[in-house]
Amino acid sequence: MFIHFFYLLKAYGVPVTITEWMMLMEALGKGMALSSLTGFYHLARAVLVKSETHYDRYDLAFAHYFRDIETPVELTEKVLQWLEKALPPRQISSAERKQFQEWDLDELRRRLEERLREQKGEHHGGGKWIGTGGTSPFGHSGYHPAGIRIGGESVNKSAVKVAAQRNFRNFRTDETIGVRQFEVALRKLRQLSSKVEGPREELDIDETIRETGDKGGLLQLVWTRGRKNTVKVALMMDSGGSMDPYMRICSQLFTAMNRSSHFKDLRFFYFHNCVYQHLYLKSSCRMDSAVRTEDFLRLLGPDYKVLFLGDASMAPSELTMPGGSIDWYYGNDEPGITWLRRIAAHFNHAVWLNPIPAPYWDRTIGSYTITIIRDVFPMFELTVEGLEGAIRKLKVRR
Amino acid sequence: MQEHKLFFTGTRNYIASEELQNSVNVAVALGRPLLIKGEPGTGKTMLARSIAEGLGKELLIWNIKSTTRARDGLYIYDTVQRLYDSQFGDHDVSDIRHYIKMGKLGEAFLAERQAVLLIDEIDKADIEFPNDLLWELDIMSFDILETGETVQARHRPIVIITSNAEKELPDAFLRRCIFHYIAFPDAAMMAEIVKVHHPDLEQKLLEEALAAFYWIRGIGGLQKKPSTSELLDWVQALTVGGISPQQIGKEFPFLGVLLKKDHDFNAVLQRLHNQGVQVKSGTGTLRSW
Repeated sequence: MFIHFFYLLKAYGVPVTITEWMMLMEALGKGMALSSLTGFYHLARAVLVKSETHYDRYDLAFAHYFRDIETPVELTEKVLQWLEKALPPRQISSAERKQFQEWDLDELRRRLEERLREQKGEHHGGGKWIGTGGTSPFGHSGYHPAGIRIGGESVNKSAVKVAAQRNFRNFRTDETIGVRQFEVALRKLRQLSSKVEGPREELDIDETIRETGDKGGLLQLVWTRGRKNTVKVALMMDSGGSMDPYMRICSQLFTAMNRSSHFKDLRFFYFHNCVYQHLYLKSSCRMDSAVRTEDFLRLLGPDYKVLFLGDASMAPSELTMPGGSIDWYYGNDEPGITWLRRIAAHFNHAVWLNPIPAPYWDRTIGSYTITIIRDVFPMFELTVEGLEGAIRKLKVRR
Repeated sequence: MQEHKLFFTGTRNYIASEELQNSVNVAVALGRPLLIKGEPGTGKTMLARSIAEGLGKELLIWNIKSTTRARDGLYIYDTVQRLYDSQFGDHDVSDIRHYIKMGKLGEAFLAERQAVLLIDEIDKADIEFPNDLLWELDIMSFDILETGETVQARHRPIVIITSNAEKELPDAFLRRCIFHYIAFPDAAMMAEIVKVHHPDLEQKLLEEALAAFYWIRGIGGLQKKPSTSELLDWVQALTVGGISPQQIGKEFPFLGVLLKKDHDFNAVLQRLHNQGVQVKSGTGTLRSW
């Protein structure tokens, strides 16, 4: 029963297992889907999907599998009714509004009616069309502000529609989300050892035996400290102008790093497009906050884990030529790539996080320098999944 | 479904969405633990109370801390107490059973009637913690090694587990759970929730407050979005402060109740300023309490 749905879920990247599938069958056997598609949608999701980050994939698979299930005809009328309901405009920002200005109510209704007529001819019944919501242009309007309205109050009417709305798109791990998710990813960056600080809550057996012996057999418990995280991190951030579009995501990572209290040491450094003989302690990258890169290498031992955060996109000369720095008053005797290689050689673990999505690395304007830098540092895109990959890389020796 | 007369539909002071009710009932019917995730302030912990109340069962709460071990939930053998007692000889230490204390899971197993067991914030514990509980939750019994006794569950407890997603939970554990993510309530749902806590609230005031609240939540880049509990506090503050509904959208009084971070506070002020809203200087001082 529904076995293709099982494989479809897998194909969409939801990690379903036989155990869970059998559990679903057991639940269906007990009639827990309440004999409705909506009931089945919620039941199957509760049993099969174990993370909100997979909800979106589940929705896609569900819409795919069940899109041809008949939806009652009265829904077509309902769609028009829903459209009547004017919704408060303040929920859309003015910028978004501009984008969809042409989608006013009459226009939308006209187009919808038109579409319904067309679809009737082809599909023998307009009811079906609503079921396919996710794939028609109007279904897609589920993602744009005007469209959410259409489906907004119908949530419980049809499961396919719920699925096609993709309410959980924001929870996907391969999308860039937020501070909290970054924090969770960063938490994986830990190496436990040493006994320096923290509460004494582990029984020190050897000491206890010795002390008890000293007291003539009267029990003396001796407590010792647990293990501590010893990871030291340096975050190197590009503060160049080309990074401006990514400011928000970068500041989210910055916040997450800052809040991660579990690092033994955490340092921030800035550079402008590429690293030369100076690094900066402030994002303004002016000489009053400069430290010599040589000193930086001396100060930070090879055990620091280094994360570069930058788009790695610059003029080729900035990377490969002496005197190529973008700041004209700043003469660099050695090309930036030499400094980058020096840093890569000094630290045992270093990675580069790039806010530009990975599929564009070969195509963007900066692809030439991105390719060169990728030879020096393993590069990951700045998403939760990318960060997790980077952290795995930081934990093993290159 | 009919064979299970127990049917959770939310309680008077806890509004559960239909989805959530379904998940709870599925978990109860299948006898599986229900894992609940969700934004802070969406009432994850409250859910277990509500289930216990709604189904008329006893609630046992096992609060997980970073030092909690799975074994603590089954039973604790107080060796240190026994050693101390043995040194003074004023207690009978020959019977180990005096020094075995049941943990929360053990208590739930031994309860006379089926109980609701809340394992709160399971992600705080060590990464292996959930796996260590798998066996006991599956077969509903455990052995006390020191006495050789077996504790068998009289009634399979309804197990509710909450997680704040601070750590990934192991796959083997997830496979055995029913999972539900509590989405942040929409405006209609939120109105009901507020009414539960403030039944006498003026409708107009509620509408204005909710509109302002969702507007603030919609601002991108907030470090900590205000959640249900902040909204409830805010509504309280608005009522006590005698604010009229018209003032809310114009002045955003007591903003500090909603926003706890400087960065967020400034971001919202900036937005308001851009829209020509004059926030009274008084709000600045109010947020310092």
